[in-house]
Amino acid sequence: MTPIEKVEGRAIPFGLKNVDTDVIIPAKWLKTISREGLGRGAFETLRADPDNLFDNPEFAGAPILIAGDNFGCGSSREHAAWALGDLGIRVVIAPSYSDIFSGNAVKNGILPVVLPQSAIDRLMEVAATDPIHVDLDTQTVTTPFQDRFRFDIDPFRKMCLLNGLDEISLTEKSEAAIAAHEKKMATDQPWLIPATL
Amino acid sequence: MTRSRTLYEKIWDAHVVEQRPDGTCLIFIDRHLVHEVTSPQAFAGLRASGRTVRRPDLTLAVPDHNLPTTPRRDASGNRLPIADAESAAQLAALETNAPAFGIRYIDAVAPEQGIVHVVGPEQGFSLPGTTIVCGDSHTACHGGIGALAFGIGTSEVEHVLATQTLLLQPAKTMEVCVEGEVGPGVTAKDIILHITGVIGAAGGTGHVIEYTGSAIRALSVEGRLTVSNMAIEGGARAGLIAPDDVTFEYLKGRPYAPKGADWDAAVAYWTSLATDRGATYDKTVVIDAADIAPSVTWGTSPEDVVPITGTVPDPASFADPSKQAAAAKSLAYMGLEPGTRMQDVQVENIFIGSCTNSRIEDLRAAAAVLKGRHKAAGVKWAIVVPGSGLVKAQAEAEGLDRIFTDAGLEWREPGCSACLGMNPDKVPAGERCASTSNRNFVGRQGPGSRTHLVSPAMAAAAAVTGRLTDVRELID
Repeated sequence: MTPIEKVEGRAIPFGLKNVDTDVIIPAKWLKTISREGLGRGAFETLRADPDNLFDNPEFAGAPILIAGDNFGCGSSREHAAWALGDLGIRVVIAPSYSDIFSGNAVKNGILPVVLPQSAIDRLMEVAATDPIHVDLDTQTVTTPFQDRFRFDIDPFRKMCLLNGLDEISLTEKSEAAIAAHEKKMATDQPWLIPATL
Repeated sequence: MTRSRTLYEKIWDAHVVEQRPDGTCLIFIDRHLVHEVTSPQAFAGLRASGRTVRRPDLTLAVPDHNLPTTPRRDASGNRLPIADAESAAQLAALETNAPAFGIRYIDAVAPEQGIVHVVGPEQGFSLPGTTIVCGDSHTACHGGIGALAFGIGTSEVEHVLATQTLLLQPAKTMEVCVEGEVGPGVTAKDIILHITGVIGAAGGTGHVIEYTGSAIRALSVEGRLTVSNMAIEGGARAGLIAPDDVTFEYLKGRPYAPKGADWDAAVAYWTSLATDRGATYDKTVVIDAADIAPSVTWGTSPEDVVPITGTVPDPASFADPSKQAAAAKSLAYMGLEPGTRMQDVQVENIFIGSCTNSRIEDLRAAAAVLKGRHKAAGVKWAIVVPGSGLVKAQAEAEGLDRIFTDAGLEWREPGCSACLGMNPDKVPAGERCASTSNRNFVGRQGPGSRTHLVSPAMAAAAAVTGRLTDVRELID
């Protein structure tokens, strides 16, 4: 996973509320056995409109996406995070996310920034013409016009994103505790282990 | 004296392997369900890092999402290939990965094959008080038997395969209490659609919802699975319903369920899990069951719910400006005008199936409406897709398949089918579908498809009349 600390660039002023993962990446793109190349299918339905923001040359290569409430709701498909990553998005800024999407984003080196709607409204305005700066270390979003918005993030997620850490390797350090739990389960509740049919 | 705890807190506490200083916990996963669509990249990750599956005995794989629901064997019993090359490759990957990693596998033509969330409880693999995950957001379904069950992404699938644990922050708790008795024609689906309309699509975000109250306790296990299935449509990662005698009766004797003395020990434990008197939730919503009508969605978010007797709302009637904009967009996509009576909306397609509504009770409810009737001329495509091979066999033993086919509906093989537009079962662009599935998102049932979420009985009623219909007009 690529570490993430500071991201500066244009932000796509998308702003829509309740954007589900079927909109981010339609199901027909899920028939892949790899993680690569899903940017082509990202927001496919919306991109059928020739005036869509994603294909607007103004926002080509924009690393930031500004969205509305409940971004990434619906299906658990991690393909949504892969598709955003493949589009070049490193940061999403929205008032809220579905729990599953924000987890998937972090695991793929995408920072989900939570800011109140008033801040989103201001950033949407700036994004139309100017770049936005996101700093994970100081947990701030700033604009060239002296706007400064501080955001909260879970410390563990922050650490993983800053260092590009692989969670499985971290968990493997807890081997003794996992083995102890398994032993207790086998002794106290042996019926929890399903029979071999 | 021990602290009073909710059902969620008891299950959580029993699965904490380790707690980090910031409150994140390493949680043990008792059951991992795997299907063909969200697992290939996870197995590839294991191979790339030289890892194995830690607990293949706690893992069960079954294909469901992109399997066609047309016959899987030819007249001489040979397996038919899947025409779509990418779907065939995903199925082939699962067929290779399951034995290679030693995990339990139900293959595409096994009698027990079906939608993973129907198969888990049906096989007794899903049990109360367990933690269950699957790379599918409708894993919330298994909360209907009192399991803490939630959907995960593919990186988490790989994490669970490798370590049998997940790193999680404890959720907040929310109680949705439905008190009283529902009226005739009102089913579990109507209850959960109504709840989603009340709390909103993000109302449960960050929470696990426990459904309580007399209307919930009165539901069968099938109905409870329907309610908990759609917890995710209200933004909650998981739903829960306290296990009781109805749950135990359903599970007893199922293939993977505990037997003999183990069964008694398990029931004693499961009984102890109910939320303690005096325990508190972070949020409580109380709903009067008498307020729930047969319900239907009008828009492209599952929160867009009205009673079937209602009309398409005017976007201007919403207080929130972003909801006004979303509603206007939804209506344009759905091709609906404000003020139109829902019962005047014509439908060309009917889908009865999905992990929400494909169990035997759902098929019985649809058949009860369709018996002796025929689908309307305007209904071009109407399919009934049982949730599993065992549901299919049971329905055939009861003669339900004949009722469906006599009424002009197609009787299919088990799978996810037209719920998600990634197998051949799709709704054509610009056409409507009265669907018993769980999501009315833009393009969910195929590009340009227009979905109206309803109960199985309501879908059957729409099949008969060719328009969204109040099922109470067709039943005694």
